[in-house]
Amino acid sequence: MMRALRVVRAQLRASVAVALQYRFEFAVEGALALLWMGVTLVPLVVVFGTRDSVAGWTFPEMLVVLGWFVALKGVLEGTLSPSLMQVVEHVRKGTLDFVLLKPADAQLLVSFSKIEPWRVTDFAGAAVIFAFAFQRIGHAPALMHVLLAAVMLCAAVMVLYSIAILVVAIAFIAVRVDNLLYLFQSVFDVARWPSTVFRGTLAVVFTFVLPLALMTTYPALALLGKLTPQTAVGALVGTLLFAGVARAIWISSIRRYTSASS
Amino acid sequence: MTRLLRLYPQLLRTGFAEAVAYRAEFLIWMFSTNMPLVMLAIWAAAARSGPVGGYSQEGFAAYYLAALLVRLMTGAWVVWEMTMEIRQGTLALRLLRPIHPLLQWSADNLAAIPMRGVVAIPVVAILLYVARGQLSHDWFSWALLCPALLGAWLLYFLVQAIIGTLALRFESAASLFDAWLGFSNILSGYLIPLDLFPRAVRELALVLPFRFQLSFPVELMLGRWSRAEALELLAAQWAYVALFLVSTRVAWRSGLRHYAAYGG
Repeated sequence: MMRALRVVRAQLRASVAVALQYRFEFAVEGALALLWMGVTLVPLVVVFGTRDSVAGWTFPEMLVVLGWFVALKGVLEGTLSPSLMQVVEHVRKGTLDFVLLKPADAQLLVSFSKIEPWRVTDFAGAAVIFAFAFQRIGHAPALMHVLLAAVMLCAAVMVLYSIAILVVAIAFIAVRVDNLLYLFQSVFDVARWPSTVFRGTLAVVFTFVLPLALMTTYPALALLGKLTPQTAVGALVGTLLFAGVARAIWISSIRRYTSASS
Repeated sequence: MTRLLRLYPQLLRTGFAEAVAYRAEFLIWMFSTNMPLVMLAIWAAAARSGPVGGYSQEGFAAYYLAALLVRLMTGAWVVWEMTMEIRQGTLALRLLRPIHPLLQWSADNLAAIPMRGVVAIPVVAILLYVARGQLSHDWFSWALLCPALLGAWLLYFLVQAIIGTLALRFESAASLFDAWLGFSNILSGYLIPLDLFPRAVRELALVLPFRFQLSFPVELMLGRWSRAEALELLAAQWAYVALFLVSTRVAWRSGLRHYAAYGG
């Protein structure tokens, strides 16, 4: 376990060092992340210009969901996607063999291999959104709720990561669909709305099949002090199951992997 | 000119063959265009308790499905191809061919339209099923839709070509296009129908070129304009097309003088 953490730390350091070489890009991409955050906010502002509450959520409450969405999008597009896109590239070029030969867990090695540090602007943006939302609500969240939200956030990142790993595992089987990760990125856009916006089949899909509700709605409910303990426990159990399944599928698809060069 | 008329269909055929060869990837790119549906979700939820600014739930469905259709049919990706070829130096090879690189790229982008149609057909079917009452009843609007879509595609392609040409001078032209895309999402009516914006934003959006890329063809489908107004808007759209065409030419010529093929 300690060894795994050391590997992750060394990887993070190396990939941040690589990214920091391009300072101008850092500034440009950081500014772009801010711009897109603005683009994300505009529709919500316009919708709530016409309504006081939508699907049972008020404007500040919906902002809390959006805050988690912005932060998680930063995680997805700043860490998971760039790293895992490299796996797909490795598979296509046949260089994955070199990664598999290294004396550390391959999943660990591929998961943090490339990072875009300018996406920290997303976290800063999310913090500003939270501050504004709770200022509108009129009181700061209780410490209890912040802690619960932090736990739910860990669960959210874990699920996000598991889905990303699953998508890449598919790439082993069908190399032709190497842009599947982009498809997931665009489906993730749905997570900007709380799950009650959807009804019927879609609500079920986004809660249980592709658990987008778990990623943004539950942490937001936790921060607002509205998450019931049953839901929290259920979500955590679900997360562990999901992560376990993702790990199992990753291992089995590594086993089935026949290198391109042999 | 006659040589071009002989060449272009051949380029289209090659481009189509390429799109068919990479069909799985291509379809996935198409499916990742889902923003109008994401936006439809929130507006449909908001309109549960009654219409919003003249849009019922059905009205929103019609608007966003039409927007999705326009976006699917007018896609272009030339800016990414240009920035990549310029960085890798393979542009030099294209310059050697006896036809303008932008014409080759335009053929590639146009040739993908039949493939796009395959994805667009179910969207049309759902549109007709869910919200046919919201669509225009005037055949004249539908007749104008063809040139309006072509104009929209040309605007999108030419903006990409202009920004891609800047890559001959600057490293981060692709980022510039990303920024342009951010503004375009808001001001073209892609995320929100323009008539739901506050007055000041709406008036700004009406004079900028963004609306002609998406909002205008959508409005034609929804029958928002009288025949005279529609013709006027079409003329305005094509005036922008002409302006962008001239700018592309100027940018390409001056950019090429700066170009030192890497690795060449």
